[in-house]
Amino acid sequence: MSDASAGTSTAGSGTPDVSLAYESGVELQARSQWAYARMRFFRHRLAVASLIVLVLIALVGVFAPQLAPYGYDEIPLDDITASQNRPPTFDGWHLFGTDQLGRDYLSRVMYGIRTSLWVAIFVALVSTAIGTTIGALAGYYSGQVDNLLMRLTDLMLTLPGLAVLLTASVYLGSGEPLKIGLILALLFWTAVARIVRGLFLSLREREFVEAAKAAGASDLRIIVRHMLPNCLGPIIVNTTLVVAAAILVEAALSFLGFGIQPPNAALGKLVSEGQAEGFELWWLVTFPGLVIVLIALCVNFVGDGLRDAFDPTQRRIRA
Amino acid sequence: MPETEPILAIRDLTVEFDTEDGVVHAVTGVGYDLYPGEVLGVVGESGSGKSVSVLSVLGLIPMPPGRIVSGEAVFRGENLLDLSESGLRRIRGGPIAMIFQDPLTSLNPVLTIGEQISEAIKVHRPGSSAAAARQRAVELLQLVGVPSAEHRYDQYPHEFSGGMRQRAMIAMAIANDPKVLVADEPTTALDVTIQAQIIEVLKTAQRETHAAIVLITHDLGLVAELVDRVVVMYAGRVVEIGDVFSIFDSPRHPYTAGLLTSLPRLDTDVDRLEPIAGQPPSLITRPPGCAFHPRCTLSRGRAECRTDVPELRALGLEHGHRSACHFAEELAAAGRPVGGGTS
Amino acid sequence: MLSYVVRRLLYSVVVLVAASFLVFTFVSASGDPLAQLNVIPNLSEQSRQNVIDRKHLDEPIPVRYGYWVKDAVTNQFGTTLLGDRPILPDLWRVMKNTLQLVLIAEVLAILVAIGIGVHSARRQYSAFDYTATTVSFLGLATPVFWLALMLQVLVVQVYEHTGYKVFPIASLNSVDPGTGIHFAVDRAHHLVLPILVLMVASVASYSRYIRASMLEVMGSDYLRTARAKGLAERQVTMKHAFRNALIPLVTLVALSFGSLLGGAIVVETVFSLDGMGLYFVNALRANDPYPVMAWLMVTATMIIVFNLIADIAYGYLDPRVRHE
Repeated sequence: MSDASAGTSTAGSGTPDVSLAYESGVELQARSQWAYARMRFFRHRLAVASLIVLVLIALVGVFAPQLAPYGYDEIPLDDITASQNRPPTFDGWHLFGTDQLGRDYLSRVMYGIRTSLWVAIFVALVSTAIGTTIGALAGYYSGQVDNLLMRLTDLMLTLPGLAVLLTASVYLGSGEPLKIGLILALLFWTAVARIVRGLFLSLREREFVEAAKAAGASDLRIIVRHMLPNCLGPIIVNTTLVVAAAILVEAALSFLGFGIQPPNAALGKLVSEGQAEGFELWWLVTFPGLVIVLIALCVNFVGDGLRDAFDPTQRRIRA
Repeated sequence: MPETEPILAIRDLTVEFDTEDGVVHAVTGVGYDLYPGEVLGVVGESGSGKSVSVLSVLGLIPMPPGRIVSGEAVFRGENLLDLSESGLRRIRGGPIAMIFQDPLTSLNPVLTIGEQISEAIKVHRPGSSAAAARQRAVELLQLVGVPSAEHRYDQYPHEFSGGMRQRAMIAMAIANDPKVLVADEPTTALDVTIQAQIIEVLKTAQRETHAAIVLITHDLGLVAELVDRVVVMYAGRVVEIGDVFSIFDSPRHPYTAGLLTSLPRLDTDVDRLEPIAGQPPSLITRPPGCAFHPRCTLSRGRAECRTDVPELRALGLEHGHRSACHFAEELAAAGRPVGGGTS
Repeated sequence: MLSYVVRRLLYSVVVLVAASFLVFTFVSASGDPLAQLNVIPNLSEQSRQNVIDRKHLDEPIPVRYGYWVKDAVTNQFGTTLLGDRPILPDLWRVMKNTLQLVLIAEVLAILVAIGIGVHSARRQYSAFDYTATTVSFLGLATPVFWLALMLQVLVVQVYEHTGYKVFPIASLNSVDPGTGIHFAVDRAHHLVLPILVLMVASVASYSRYIRASMLEVMGSDYLRTARAKGLAERQVTMKHAFRNALIPLVTLVALSFGSLLGGAIVVETVFSLDGMGLYFVNALRANDPYPVMAWLMVTATMIIVFNLIADIAYGYLDPRVRHE
């Protein structure tokens, strides 16, 4: 079990083990498919541009303490009347304006990106790891595991996801990014599990799996070395989509007051704090939200590019 | 037959498809005649352009990416390629009807078999009542051998077996007494035992309608069974045309000859079948000269094969037997290269 | 058909019971319902004990669950933790409001999405198609709460600059809405922005879906057959393509009902609408497990019923699927 999850975490990181290439003809073919996928992805200009924007945004988040012109909660006590309630201006680099306490919203948004992006990526990786492991086991062994998984996801589908999350965050406690990340991951893993299960069910019948079985390979080896590499495309695409969904859901939770709480920064929380200060200070609501849109949009474009790259039969609009 | 006027004459037809990888030359300079009442077999590998050569003149290829570059298709004195979309609609399903390869995917899954046949009737007879259309559709189903037709009229395609579906397709095609019936691989998707039945149904359909049939197929067995004259296509061009006996007995193009040797025959002892070596060419970068030359056993590296596109020329044989090979005469001199029983 | 429905319903009841037990256990085990009593100053030991007795808080969880089920079935889901108001009448009221909002938004969204999706598919790669694609990507990337806030900001800015109130930005009705047609107009006026916000995500995802499914159908063999019969392009699209392309939409719409309620939670909170979403958020904020439980059960039932309706509808629309 621990070995299997080690295998899936390689899957999550998106770089196949090089030694896989020597395993059999199947993986050799998979490798050349990787080269193809890379080529097709880089032909997708919008996806590449989005990836660049995303990396820049992520860098801003990572280096927020170094890059931000002001501190997250820095209140200019000496000069408060001159600094408060300022619309976006180059004066003092308040590009996103300031609030009633004179706090610089550009700096706050930078710290918000740091937290929100971290949570989203955490959710995507953890839910992919859990979902892939469970989906693989359910698909490979069928029977009871599979039945349990399907019943569980049925159960999940009978309730609105947001309501489950809200309830969970009230009763499990929230506020910290790690807790919110774990709660979100608990909701998102089922989708991954369903996808991987479906792929495994069909891969199980394929000749190279039969061949590996006949050659006496262990179940674990078949799952990790032979079947998982063939599921990487859909898994990676789905992981990307989870990042986008998690950004939006975390923002909604934090906005409603059930997600990340001060002193932690989060983009959704910044929007709700901005709302509390009244619509005359429109910039407080506008900019954190715009950043959420930009991140989610770029992640979706990257996901679209990846889908095209891995599944060229499903041609989509090339923009 | 050649004494009469052709009912459909395709001339110098060139069709291309624009794809991401380049222009696909699906059909280049293709021409052949169809005479009233005959069965013309258009034969070739998949991708040889045999379907496109017919579908394109009826406006049934997607455009774009498809494009008719040149040519004409004269049907009863009218060039189909000059017709407006509505003019073409009058022809399609009326005087020229189609039967497609896979009856499962070619029938709309959410409409009953009967609705789909009645629809074909009503399009071309706007005045006819629903009851009359139903009556006619049931008769057609009976004609093509669908048992308890009255009952099966109201069933959906998934309730029909493969053979029954293809019978329904044929019923739909002959609904308006077509003059030309285009059958695109009508038996390919079916079980071997069913194929024979469908061939019988096709013969019945022809007896009823006296239509000329264009039979598009890669199945030479089917050709031998049904066809009067044969058009052989390779890489988007016609390489040989002739009477079916003449073609089977003395093919004058190395590709046709190769096709025939790759076919099992009952009348000779052949230890093994000889497939044609090599792969069909890419239609984006077709080999220069004769497209068949890289696989040809007759060419032996001669320069003309690589540089000049051979013209389809009469060989002075009976029944207008023509071939597009620079060295067609060598095949004649060699006698019958086919495992076709000089012995 | 009937036996299929009965079997589905029985299964659903089992799912509901299992879900309610799990949620009840989860909520009871991790939350302390008395926490909020403790913060009320000057609360007599007597009234504190009253709450404990009434809700059997000193019993083990399975027993409390038993009492809860009894209340739920015989006593309109019982009362809230502190008050003595039964829960169900309140829930009915907010449910009606939410269904009004959500159903109008959804029907409009489907109609708009069909128009956009079909047109995009018929004019693939046209300027319209590219625009629709870009806009729907934007729609899917925009948080619902933020879109709602931006519309409010816009209305406020317009008001500040022109003195004209285009739309109300809060509540379901004016203080004095009048009756009859006046009431309806007042309600509609108040619902414009919330409906617009709820529609965006639905239109974005449905139109993408319809476009893809139309394109798939339009490349199908049976459409070629329809053309080969001599049908006009319009009939080909409307009679043959449309129905095949829209059947899968039924399932998508039914499955989206849950996320639509999620959208209602956010929209009702931002616009202060007296609906299920705001009710739920308030119950959670009050840390009162009883209305939360009741809400989750009612919602789950609604989702199950919607899925069942969708399944039955699917069976009628697609002859290949007949539930035996």
